[in-house]
Amino acid sequence: MTRKQRRLTMIGTAGAVLALAAGLIFWALSDSVAFFNSPSDVMAKRLPPEQRIRLGGLVKEGSVVRGEGTTVRFEITDKAVSIPVTYTGILPDLFREGQGVVAEGRMTGEGSFRADHVLAKHDENYMPKEVADSLKAQGHWQGDKGAGAPK
Amino acid sequence: MALIDYANPTRFLGLVEKLLPWLGALAALLIAVGLGLVFGIAPDDYQQGATVKIMFIHVPAAWLSMFGYSIMAASSLGTLIWRHPLADVSAKAAAPVGAAFTFVCLVTGSLWGKPMWGTWWEWDARLTSVLVLFIMYLGLIALWQTLEDPIKAGRAAAVLTLVGIVNIPIIKFSVDWWNTLHQPASVFRLGGPTIHPSMLWPLLVTALGFTVLFVTLHLMAMRNEILRRRIRTLRMLQASAVAG
Repeated sequence: MTRKQRRLTMIGTAGAVLALAAGLIFWALSDSVAFFNSPSDVMAKRLPPEQRIRLGGLVKEGSVVRGEGTTVRFEITDKAVSIPVTYTGILPDLFREGQGVVAEGRMTGEGSFRADHVLAKHDENYMPKEVADSLKAQGHWQGDKGAGAPK
Repeated sequence: MALIDYANPTRFLGLVEKLLPWLGALAALLIAVGLGLVFGIAPDDYQQGATVKIMFIHVPAAWLSMFGYSIMAASSLGTLIWRHPLADVSAKAAAPVGAAFTFVCLVTGSLWGKPMWGTWWEWDARLTSVLVLFIMYLGLIALWQTLEDPIKAGRAAAVLTLVGIVNIPIIKFSVDWWNTLHQPASVFRLGGPTIHPSMLWPLLVTALGFTVLFVTLHLMAMRNEILRRRIRTLRMLQASAVAG
């Protein structure tokens, strides 16, 4: 074995060990690395009301009710479980029914969620308005189904 | 023409001096055409409106932030395994250029995030891992400044660079592995791009322009580093002649 080969083997081994260690760390941390929880996760975990969490999913079609002032009620769904959310404040421009959103706040006792921040998610689709309109007209629209859908 | 032929800094400098004007002109031309396409041809997005224009700077900057680090990692292998004399010059020269592109990526992302997501910054996996990349760049630049001897500095930085390479797949795949606020990849993904061709082509031209700009700046920084080392050697010879 030449010196070059020995150095190459050493670096290769160190690299493999490092990659394995990083992989294990992130595997163990995957719960806390996640930016938000899906409604199913939140229901399954039975979190105490005082714990702040981020709830992410799609705004359920037909669920948005504008109340007095800037108070809004809507439901966040992952297509399996929906959680009702109340929020007072200004919503981001992309907020609408079917859109992926992340709400930050606390669960209340009655299984609903009180949000103090709402962020909109954007999906990976970029297209001009005319293309989006013609896709909708032809019934090929896949909508925002990918956006914000929890993994 | 093997890579080892350019181990001779004088030969390398001769080649760089011949290439630089052409590369600079090519970068300027591609970026001008790219920006012309972005502002003249590319339509507004159906959801984002004109804010989508930020993407044409943000995405190439993000790609090049990772490209820059990959150049540094490849150069570090050259330093540690083959002891190629230009490898640590290349690694050292790539760091500030890569850091600048990472900074552009972070700033443009923040400017896009405020109107679209409703926040300047969130600690999600993609945003945080890119910030870690920026800090890695700064840390490596600082390490080179701290150690006086270029050989020692080059080796120490090469080891640190290779440790940091673990962050690159984390940046790339963070949006697939975990729930993140940042959207998944639109161009380099299984199943083809999800950007309409009318926006994809301007993006690719701009990205190519920025890549040539990166290469130009990298070669210029390498040339400067070689000249700086020559001056250092001359000063040391002079000082020892005076002392002797």
